Amino acid sequence: MPYPDSPMPSSPSPAGGGSEPAPLAKRARRRAPSLSVSGWIGFAMVLAALFVAAFGPWLAPHAVGEIVTADVFAPFSAKLPLGSDYLGRDMLSRIMYGTRLTVLLALAAALFAATVGTGLGLLAAVAGKAVDETMSRVLDAVSSIPTKMFALMIVAAFGSSLMLLVLTAGISYTPGAYRIARSLAVNISQLEYVQVAKVRGENAIYICCVEILPNMLHPMLADLGLRFVFVVLLLSSLSFLGLGVQPPFADLGSLVRENIAGLGDGAPVVLMPAIAIAILTVGVNLLIDGLRGGKRLRVRRVVEV
Amino acid sequence: MNSMIVALIARRFLLTLLTLLIVSMIIFTITNLLPGDAAQQALGQAATPETLAALRLQFGLDQPAYLRFVHWLIGLAHGNFGQSLSNDMPVSDLIAGRLPKSLSLAAITTLVSVPIAISLGILAAVKRGSVLDRIVSLGTLSLVATPEFLIATFAVLIFAVKLHWLSALSYGGEIDSFDHFMRAYAMPVITLCCVIVAQMARMTRAAVIEQLGSSYVEMAVLKGASPARVVLLHALPNAIGPIANAVALSLSYLLGGVIIVETIYNYPGLARLMVDAVSNRDLPLVQACTLLFCLGYLILVLLADLCAILSNPRLRT
Repeated sequence: MPYPDSPMPSSPSPAGGGSEPAPLAKRARRRAPSLSVSGWIGFAMVLAALFVAAFGPWLAPHAVGEIVTADVFAPFSAKLPLGSDYLGRDMLSRIMYGTRLTVLLALAAALFAATVGTGLGLLAAVAGKAVDETMSRVLDAVSSIPTKMFALMIVAAFGSSLMLLVLTAGISYTPGAYRIARSLAVNISQLEYVQVAKVRGENAIYICCVEILPNMLHPMLADLGLRFVFVVLLLSSLSFLGLGVQPPFADLGSLVRENIAGLGDGAPVVLMPAIAIAILTVGVNLLIDGLRGGKRLRVRRVVEV
Repeated sequence: MNSMIVALIARRFLLTLLTLLIVSMIIFTITNLLPGDAAQQALGQAATPETLAALRLQFGLDQPAYLRFVHWLIGLAHGNFGQSLSNDMPVSDLIAGRLPKSLSLAAITTLVSVPIAISLGILAAVKRGSVLDRIVSLGTLSLVATPEFLIATFAVLIFAVKLHWLSALSYGGEIDSFDHFMRAYAMPVITLCCVIVAQMARMTRAAVIEQLGSSYVEMAVLKGASPARVVLLHALPNAIGPIANAVALSLSYLLGGVIIVETIYNYPGLARLMVDAVSNRDLPLVQACTLLFCLGYLILVLLADLCAILSNPRLRT
């Protein structure tokens, strides 16, 4: 996934990174988010994907393992809206079940990365310089390992059960979340209300949870969305290589792998799971970008050249 | 080159070495954490306590972990990467066979993608808000989140199956003509470029927009400088640091994303070697490959930082 582990600025100012975030006012929360057209498209895509993930098993026309036709790699038809796979099973149903697995695994891993990263970032911000330096060095080193390589290495050493996959993906993306959380926390901890709390004698846990954390939430939620996209791509790639989700479970990456043999025959059914992944990831990306665009905290005059 | 620059560069080198050391520690720890060790794996069913002990002695596994780590490091410095478990060949031989092919793919992709991406980014930044900019922004945003195997399968479907322009499998024998060269490299390079160009263009665009918003550019425009002069002579030199950073980060993605491309197109590179090693649980090979890829990533980051340092005239007093 070609994202560096830092928020990619689509506008000149990185959202929430270096400027003073507004405290959560009730007024701000009641305002509906203003999204651009692409943001609404992304929202629709995400909604569709989540809907399928949640209600897939009840909506799917066939059971996931049921062989529906003897004609493998059948093209689209009324009975098989997305064609049939390499065994004659209905691709639409398989994709619905696969989406559920993909979304659940990725959500778990992204939450893991975000939580652990935020915790460590807060720790680095309030603990002493030594702790901060050591953690930053070690996590920088971990993030110097390309994420796919890191995940492959862990799979080589420990295997690939579902739980291990979630942990692997979570650990791979924790350093990025840590870096963002730490910079946010350090910025916030230098503002006056935090200094006042320190002078008041509040202990570190109170400062973290009550003063710093609520003001970090918005940017960290956006980061959670980005982490989710990376994790989906990582897990799908691992499954595509045969090292991720193992049979009998099948997530969208495994579906692509199973049906890759049909590529030589020109069957479009091979593309379907990959397009499903793309809808999910591109949708989240567009949505996050749309949300960020409405939250520009600094307005820069850009000279018309 | 004055002493300040030399000092900065020396510091960056040392920092890179330190990171490399920590990375090797992490790799060694992870691959050696699990109790079932290499001797057990090599013997499998035929393991008896005596043969296990003898093999462990031979592999040097009876020593404590930190000693084994030091031995591994010393071996690395001498070019001895260990013995592959599944092939029973020295790991360095396996790697030496694949490394040139991986490097050539990376080089060609870089040569093709970097000029396209930077030009696209600069154009989009200069024409900010126009239709071109919107298309580029939306396109790159979508491409960046697309899985590589979608692009690859799509490309194979269109170019190989429907149009029969290129072959689906990549590397069939030696390259002896331009046509053969195109057949071997075109599809992997196209697939890799799609995603890399998208990412580099986005970051270039952001960097140039950032520069175009500063006051010296406004001054240059007020002075009556032509748009080309403003962009190329005033804004761009200041954007070189972030752009070099963007290029380095995107190229480091090459190290990861090339896995999918090499697998789909059956390209005999280093990444496929690593995937096979992971499937076979061949841990020495996995260790060595991971270390090499990390080395590549760290070198790229170092180059990016050096670019930023050297392009900053304030340091060249």
